[in-house]
Amino acid sequence: MMGRLRTGGYHTAMILVSLLWLGPIIWVVVLSTRTFDDIATNGVGSLPHSFTLDTYVQAWTDGGQLQALINSLLVTVPAVLLSLGLAAMTAFALSRFRIPGRRTILLLMLAGNLLPPQIVLIPVSKFSELTGLYDTLWALIAVQVGFGLGFYTFVLHGFMRDLPNEIQEAATIDGAGVGQIFTRVILPLTRPALAALGALSFTWIFNDLLWAITVIRTEGNMPVTPALLGLQGQFVSSWSVIAAGTVIAAVPTVAVFLGFQRHFISGLAIGAVK
Amino acid sequence: MTTVISTNSTARRRRSFRPSPLLLTFVLVPFAIESIWVFWPAIQGVFFSFTRWDGLSAPVPVGFDNYVELAGDPVFRGALGNSVLWLVLFGGLSILGGFGMALALQRERRGVGIYRAALFLPVVFSMVVTALVWRVFYQPDGLVDQVLTAVGLEHLIRPWLADPETALYAVIIPALWRQIGYIMVLYLAGLKAVDPAVHEAAKVDGANNWQRLWHVTIPQLKGVNAVILSVIVIDSLRSFDIVWALTRGGPYHSSELLSTYMYSAAFQSLRLGYGSAIAVVIFLLALAVIIGYLVRAFREES
Repeated sequence: MMGRLRTGGYHTAMILVSLLWLGPIIWVVVLSTRTFDDIATNGVGSLPHSFTLDTYVQAWTDGGQLQALINSLLVTVPAVLLSLGLAAMTAFALSRFRIPGRRTILLLMLAGNLLPPQIVLIPVSKFSELTGLYDTLWALIAVQVGFGLGFYTFVLHGFMRDLPNEIQEAATIDGAGVGQIFTRVILPLTRPALAALGALSFTWIFNDLLWAITVIRTEGNMPVTPALLGLQGQFVSSWSVIAAGTVIAAVPTVAVFLGFQRHFISGLAIGAVK
Repeated sequence: MTTVISTNSTARRRRSFRPSPLLLTFVLVPFAIESIWVFWPAIQGVFFSFTRWDGLSAPVPVGFDNYVELAGDPVFRGALGNSVLWLVLFGGLSILGGFGMALALQRERRGVGIYRAALFLPVVFSMVVTALVWRVFYQPDGLVDQVLTAVGLEHLIRPWLADPETALYAVIIPALWRQIGYIMVLYLAGLKAVDPAVHEAAKVDGANNWQRLWHVTIPQLKGVNAVILSVIVIDSLRSFDIVWALTRGGPYHSSELLSTYMYSAAFQSLRLGYGSAIAVVIFLLALAVIIGYLVRAFREES
């Protein structure tokens, strides 16, 4: 009897906590389907009295979210692939071969990732102006790759170092070169770590605001996260359109999370269990 | 291939290893990219902090003038205070909340997966999305006001984000909403590594739940705690997006953090030298934690 009561209490408490977390999300999704008139008469805090999807059309076309989403993907996909590819190369070289100074290099690269971005914001924006990359998606890709590399290299290094030596030795005896060992032997074995980092870095880069507003100025070049702030200015007090824009901006990362849930969680936990 | 030397072949350990051109490329290309976009800019950033610069004409060297000005700048002092408050409240509460939820949800039982997912879902949102979700609540007549009215506390109602008294706290709450799930996941991973045999032994010895938590679980989480603490400090000093999206540091700098003040000094007031000096202060504040993190990371490495 006591046991059942306690279980009931536990679930009641946890359901309440979960609602506290899910409630705001559900609320915004509902808000995004209300008409302007409904909100004007009943207020943003009331329950819905209407249903429409025009808000999404407005955010999508008038609000420029379509273009913004395209920009986001044009930055995020190459940045994730490039930074993981480059980080895998370095991690491979540093973990599988006795390269002189390898610990120092790894340390330096990780240290670069731990720097507060503020210290490099001004030079990075000036440097992208100097190279003509300012206000282009290229600048954003470059800085995302440069700033992310250290952490990805460090994580992949830890993973590759723990792979057994015998496989590499066997491949060497079979006459495989360094490049083949990398692409045919080590990379396939690193897949779990790459998947975890891929899911993580996708959300990090997709969700970024600071780098985007530092190297991009034109509204039409903005990825979806910074563009949301512009949408907010454009549709002042059209709360349902802003809510629709918010939902649109959140869908890609939620999809990645749902699709890669296991990798995602293990990626986040990498630092904690080592 | 003679260039491949396995890490534990003692025979060749003493001979110096000459990496092949391909291996050199593997190391040097990424390192060069990071140098161009991180290392060199960081050095430049320190250099700019000793100049006066509007971004158009050439920087003028002014020695320590920017730092002297910072010392007497009330906005900077306010931002420094707010950053400390942010670290304590945002960091402290997310550790407490995250650890508490991890304890509540560590045992696999019915429903736990759903509860965990609920708490974790906001972690995948950007801070801007989080900000917009909460901005709706803070609107006059929004949900917060409605709830207060419903429980008879309508005299507390105020423009949450526009009142200097409440702006900073109104920004911290959404930040916590997003951070607690993240810290929970880190602690869940850490709790998994806690040795259940010690727990059983303590139970047999008659230790109650609190004693087991305090004397068995928490001591074993030392490693995780160190990681989480560094993550929290680094994250707190970096926090920018949520404040920028909700208040831009206002009203009257009441929710200004060092990071937002740095950004507006540099890119809105176009005082690039002054902004760089603020950035150097942020860097110095983070330095101890960064070094601690690196030392830990590399002690495990060897």
